[in-house]
Amino acid sequence: MALYFFTPFIAIILTILGGGIIFYILGFNPIEALKFYFITPISNLYGLSELLLKATPLCLIAIGLSFCFKSNNWNIGAEGQLTFGAIVGGGVALLFYNQEGFYILPLVILAGAIGGMIFALIPAVLKTYFNTNEILVSLMLVYVSKLLLDYLVVGPWSNPEGFNFPETRQFSDSSRMPLLFEGLRIHAGIFLALAAVMLSWFILYKTYLGFQIKVSGLSLKTAKYAGFKGKTMILVVFMISGACAGLAGVGEITGPIGQLHRMISPDYGFTAIIVAFLGRLNPFGIIFASLVVALTYLGAETAQIFLQIPKYTGQVFQGMILFFLLASDYLLFFKVKILNLKKNELRH
Amino acid sequence: MYKNFFKYLISAIFLLGFSVNSNADFKVGFVYVGPTGDHGWTFQHHEGRNAVEAAGIKTTFVESVPEGADAERVIRQLAQSGHDLIFTTSFGYMDPTNKVAKDFPNVKFEHATGYKREHANVSTYSARFYEGRTLLGHIAGKMTKTNTIGYIASFPIPEVIRGINAMTLAAQKVNPNIKTKIVWVFTWYDPGKEAEAAQALIDQGADVIMQHTDSTAPVQTAEKAGVWSFGQASDMQRFAPKSILTSIIDDWAPYYVERAVAARDGTWKQQDTWHGLKEGMVAMGPYNSAMGADLVKEVEQLQKDLASGKVHSFTGPIYDQKGNILVAEGKVADDGMLAGMSVYVKGVEGDIPK
Repeated sequence: MALYFFTPFIAIILTILGGGIIFYILGFNPIEALKFYFITPISNLYGLSELLLKATPLCLIAIGLSFCFKSNNWNIGAEGQLTFGAIVGGGVALLFYNQEGFYILPLVILAGAIGGMIFALIPAVLKTYFNTNEILVSLMLVYVSKLLLDYLVVGPWSNPEGFNFPETRQFSDSSRMPLLFEGLRIHAGIFLALAAVMLSWFILYKTYLGFQIKVSGLSLKTAKYAGFKGKTMILVVFMISGACAGLAGVGEITGPIGQLHRMISPDYGFTAIIVAFLGRLNPFGIIFASLVVALTYLGAETAQIFLQIPKYTGQVFQGMILFFLLASDYLLFFKVKILNLKKNELRH
Repeated sequence: MYKNFFKYLISAIFLLGFSVNSNADFKVGFVYVGPTGDHGWTFQHHEGRNAVEAAGIKTTFVESVPEGADAERVIRQLAQSGHDLIFTTSFGYMDPTNKVAKDFPNVKFEHATGYKREHANVSTYSARFYEGRTLLGHIAGKMTKTNTIGYIASFPIPEVIRGINAMTLAAQKVNPNIKTKIVWVFTWYDPGKEAEAAQALIDQGADVIMQHTDSTAPVQTAEKAGVWSFGQASDMQRFAPKSILTSIIDDWAPYYVERAVAARDGTWKQQDTWHGLKEGMVAMGPYNSAMGADLVKEVEQLQKDLASGKVHSFTGPIYDQKGNILVAEGKVADDGMLAGMSVYVKGVEGDIPK
């Protein structure tokens, strides 16, 4: 069991080694390249702030996803829930355009969470009452929400003074996340992520609901036999997951972006799936994992700026982490045995 | 005496070292929205960067930078890591560029296709692509048999509408029966969508296809269907050698070299640049021999006249779709009107999406 929590570290070490080899093959000094990748980006205060800024949405979404994944519900559409949350939250922010008031930001955030929740309820309801496959439905809904966002920022919500460019007005200050430090972009949204971590730990490990979630994840039949209300639980985990993704979306648009446009998320909703598994679906593991994955984004940028290493190595790194994690899991749960099969034995 | 001499010597060496250093250390950064191999928009900016590099100036680029929260960090990192001039080559970098410019008053910024210059160290630049569209319109008007031109458009921003109008006006001049059909794809780069749009236009009878999007999918679709097409942003001829009549080429190289040299030599000033055929920021690809020698000659003459200013793409009388006059007879549209263009001219079918 201790190994189970240890393998993510093995995966990260293997990824770094693999990365070094790739850099070497590409003709770079691997030590120098890795330094620019993993150390330079966070060697100053601004870099640390950017790391936390990048990790915040990943952590929030992954926390939400852990509820779904732990209970065997495969919500692949966090990106869509993030987008829809941002749409609803952004809509409220635009409603209060040019108004002041301490209540505006909480309303915007709440709207974002509710938006994500509602959007996640669609695959959940379809799964519980119509037996549809939640993987497909949640994934397809990503495109629905992205197209809806496209429509809104091109059409009805586009900035009247913006020459028809596909973006809304800049939100007024009352709907923006307060910055934590002057000159840095890290904002109050990080507290939402930390609160989500604490709450999820409490729910998962200290409540009856958490127990149900874990049992259903280990064995659906046992859960049924124990008389758990499976349908309610499915709805609840999807709602939690959607709310977290919606919060991540609203955190981005009220934080560093400050308006709605078509590029509010570089696929955080999908990357968070890697984060959730790298963190072993454990709230504190997820904090760690979100920081590691956020670093691969920043590292890819610094490596290109200083060494002109193609930026896509960032995605290669994320892919390698997941690959090595799954591979080490496989070796952990299955024993590799070299069988000496005779020909007639194969006929079985 | 000797002490002083050494002091001066040392400071002289230092000063010399510094001034040489500041020249040798002069670096230019580029932020791209797409991959350098997109064969369209980013590809051409990258060609411009190569020209700066060839002029002996060090450069750095970061590709595929999303126009969201990440852009500001990339621009800031370039400014922090000793880049003296930074080109941000997509509209979506407008606000991040201005934000970073505020914190780095000694770094110069050049933002492509935007309209905000909030600080003295931010310049903007764009090209008069519509002049190229006028040439395409002339060719299309002559080449079409169905009198229908298909136009794949990205977003209903003034730049795109200007291109549609310039093309339509020029086509009408040589062929009064011309109709322009438009499909809005709401993306700059999506080969799948662009190919579908091209096919839809061909199915509606268009026998000339042109695009204001960046992939090579429309010209390849046109090649397969046996209709005419035009390349966009870069010379796309090799992707559809039979179908492409010519390409509008964005040539950023002269501008980039000029600005980089100016920044290095300390003569850089804030400005809003809008260059066209005259300065070479808009250039034309090779003309397809299927056009015939006469038409090629005509178009080359028109190209010269547009460059010299003898002919303007928007010369009155110009009417909107309802027949209201936009530009009076004998007048030409001024840059203010061009920059904010938001209505179609007569002869374009459909409505601008709202």
